[in-house]
Amino acid sequence: MGASLVALAGCTTAQTRPETASADQSRAPGRGKGYSHDPYPSTYHAYPGAATLVTNVTVLDGEGGRIEGGSVLFRDGKIVAVGQNLSRDADVTVIDGQGKYVTPGVIDIHSHLGDYPSPGVPALSDGNEATGPVTADVWAEHSVWPQDPGFSRALTNGGVTTLQILPGSANLFGGRSVVLKNVYARTMQGMKFPGAPYGLKMACGENPKRVYGSKGRQPSTRMGNIAVDRQTWAKAAEYKRRWDRYEDKGGEMPGRDIAMDTLRGVLDGEILIQNHCYRADEMANVLDMAKEFGYKVTAFHHAVEAYKIADLLKENDTCAAVWADWYGFKMEAYDAVNENLAILEKQGTCAMIHSDDENGIQRLNQEVAKARMSGIKAGYGISEAQAWRWLAINPAKALGIADRTGSLKPGKMADVVLWNGNPFSVYTRPQMVWVDGALLYDANNPKLRPVSDFELGQPGEGDVK
Amino acid sequence: MKALLLSAAAAIGLAAPACAQDIAITNAKLVVGDGSAPVEGGTVVVRGGRVVAAGAGVAVPAGVRVIDAGGRWVSPGIFAGFTRMGIVEVDGVEATNDTSAANSPFDAALDVAPAVNPKSTPLAVNRLEGVTRAVVAPDNSSGSIFAGQGAVIDTGADMDAVTKPRAFQFMEYGEAGARAAGGSRSAAYALLKNTLFEVRDYVRNPAGFNDRGKEALLTRADAEALVPVVQGRTLLLAHVERASDILVLLQLKREMPGLKLVLVGATEGWTVAREIAAAGVPVIASAVADLPSSFEQLAATQSNIGRMKTAGVLVGIGTINQDEARQARWEKQYAGNLVALGRIPGASGLSWGEAFAAISSRTAEALGMGDEFGSLRSGRRGDVVIWDGDPLELGSSATQVFIDGVEQPMTSRQTRLRDRYWNPREGALPKAYQH
Repeated sequence: MGASLVALAGCTTAQTRPETASADQSRAPGRGKGYSHDPYPSTYHAYPGAATLVTNVTVLDGEGGRIEGGSVLFRDGKIVAVGQNLSRDADVTVIDGQGKYVTPGVIDIHSHLGDYPSPGVPALSDGNEATGPVTADVWAEHSVWPQDPGFSRALTNGGVTTLQILPGSANLFGGRSVVLKNVYARTMQGMKFPGAPYGLKMACGENPKRVYGSKGRQPSTRMGNIAVDRQTWAKAAEYKRRWDRYEDKGGEMPGRDIAMDTLRGVLDGEILIQNHCYRADEMANVLDMAKEFGYKVTAFHHAVEAYKIADLLKENDTCAAVWADWYGFKMEAYDAVNENLAILEKQGTCAMIHSDDENGIQRLNQEVAKARMSGIKAGYGISEAQAWRWLAINPAKALGIADRTGSLKPGKMADVVLWNGNPFSVYTRPQMVWVDGALLYDANNPKLRPVSDFELGQPGEGDVK
Repeated sequence: MKALLLSAAAAIGLAAPACAQDIAITNAKLVVGDGSAPVEGGTVVVRGGRVVAAGAGVAVPAGVRVIDAGGRWVSPGIFAGFTRMGIVEVDGVEATNDTSAANSPFDAALDVAPAVNPKSTPLAVNRLEGVTRAVVAPDNSSGSIFAGQGAVIDTGADMDAVTKPRAFQFMEYGEAGARAAGGSRSAAYALLKNTLFEVRDYVRNPAGFNDRGKEALLTRADAEALVPVVQGRTLLLAHVERASDILVLLQLKREMPGLKLVLVGATEGWTVAREIAAAGVPVIASAVADLPSSFEQLAATQSNIGRMKTAGVLVGIGTINQDEARQARWEKQYAGNLVALGRIPGASGLSWGEAFAAISSRTAEALGMGDEFGSLRSGRRGDVVIWDGDPLELGSSATQVFIDGVEQPMTSRQTRLRDRYWNPREGALPKAYQH
């Protein structure tokens, strides 16, 4: 009876889900009730999927566990069981994965798909609101073009099931991020990961000072970066004080400031800081600034020099999202080493891979394979299961969604990839990819290769990419 | 690198890298690099900086240094098909970036050879990963589709990096060419045709070029640089992506049969692969570009190279628009990805042997240098790499690298940093005292 209720609920939900936000919003008094914190809510729903049992595979569970000759069972969009001898119900689709691997879907914490889509023409370039160093008022989701062909490549070549879309790094406060499920939809809200916390993209270093320095205004130096940051946080603290008082005690409603709403969310711990920052010394400055104003840096992205301060990052419970081997394209990327991830892992620091790239996102498993081998050869052993955390549970934690996805644990979203071999090999590719238990890619089924609206009727439409 | 010169330098006690030795690498899983599958129990013999024999039944000559590969993979060094390695240190630091010259009156005359810095860090980083030679192209600037004369370099740890200066002329066609030429493909085509006619004029009467004044569309130096291109003595590498643009260039070649054209990029090449093959024009392509990154790349697919190869086109891999300045080492991974494609219904990949050739002999052949580089066939330069695993596999490392028979050091600025920060804590003295 329980199962049929769930199934019924799923159908009903899918048919009645609103496509735009409800006008009905709760109001103060009450902490957090002064204004809507979710005015553009997710309208994503899980697509239909069959109850599926993948058997006879090597399972990397995304949290460091590995099962040989294992099976993964999912039903109604959720992982039901992972183990060695799972019973087969009659209604279950069984896939024999002999010689293959099953992992949780890849999570990319740093992407600009949709905001810098393909084709990369100026008319579609919506990733940097480079008109002022503080644009905490912009939300990346309002730029996302859901038809970006890049989403399909990330799914079919990369097994990416969840990704965070961030504003670019021209600004110190770039704006809010959005977390998406990697499915095509007519609207951004139809892709939006239900209930995922927002992130605030911040940037330190060369980009903001270059962009604004070239306009003859602050910041034009690294000290200018921090000065504008501190001034802004000081203003945010005051904004928060006024709104907290209003929500607690009533009185006259303070004026709304959309940028300050976001910063207040950070100070309340509701919005996570995702901080573009390369250099070790700058990351240290930012960590102290976070202490000064009472917020937390969830993750440094592009943390090329994270290996130099792995101990400091660990101490501050801050993660590092890094590339395997990008280096040298700008001065703050000059000190890259291939062992960055390995050194972070060795020190017990929270670490993960990220792409920041519409091509790199298609091969994050390969990037992890390179990073892992670099560590092993330098003398620090890292198992495949341990390394897969860099693609799964660690980014899920840094996005605040680890309770729902990021590993193959019962009850979690059935975001699953069946690889046609060992995913640490260059010769391996995704064979099937499920998002919330719905089969959205199957290498053997030409109909399960998404073709975005943009690609329809164009040269190469529907080709195996 | 000139082995004889180096030997002389060492003999008189100058600081110089290790000299070319006569070597035999035995007991190898030997990759010849010509498209064939690896052979077990192979031997390669290098004397005087060149390969003299490679194969399964090759005898070891007396008096040479013998290296037992212990069954490990041995291959020719990677011949990177298209890079900007050695002419830019940090893209973001303009003073270190010699790829293009927006304020120069010259274009085709520009020559990368004097700009190549053998101590540029990407050379060592790529050498450590088995890249021994690279095609180095300049980038064009506004005002001309011609970028200048590119070179072939080696990555050896010495001051003599340029293997062949002025190996080709590089040109932007398609969208980038249109932009540079004034705003349209028509303008790019007009500029190209006019330039070639002007060069013919120059060849007929070089003295007449002296008095053409500042408004001339072609400077004397640029005209001079294009003479060997028009005469078919120097290759013209043309970056072009869209199928229709490729056909325009193939038509031009029909009008000027002497032109030695090589297509670079050719994302949509697979859609006109038969025409490219019929014209006998080689291609250096990106391997994994599968996004419609621009309107001239709408038909992008990772099957591009496989399909062109099947149609009979000579194709090598380059890093076009993929961090040309420093990531030639990714070509191994890209080649591996083309092998992986073979297991996807409807896709076209390459066999392992052909995939390796696409980053060794095919690129060398596309540059007209197949007799010198890219394989371990007899007579080629002694660029040899010993690997700890399948060289196309992720995480396989080069354990020994020879360039012109000279064994190379296996450290870089990156390995030094790695060693310094392996334990990222302050010690008794700051890290700066830890060398």
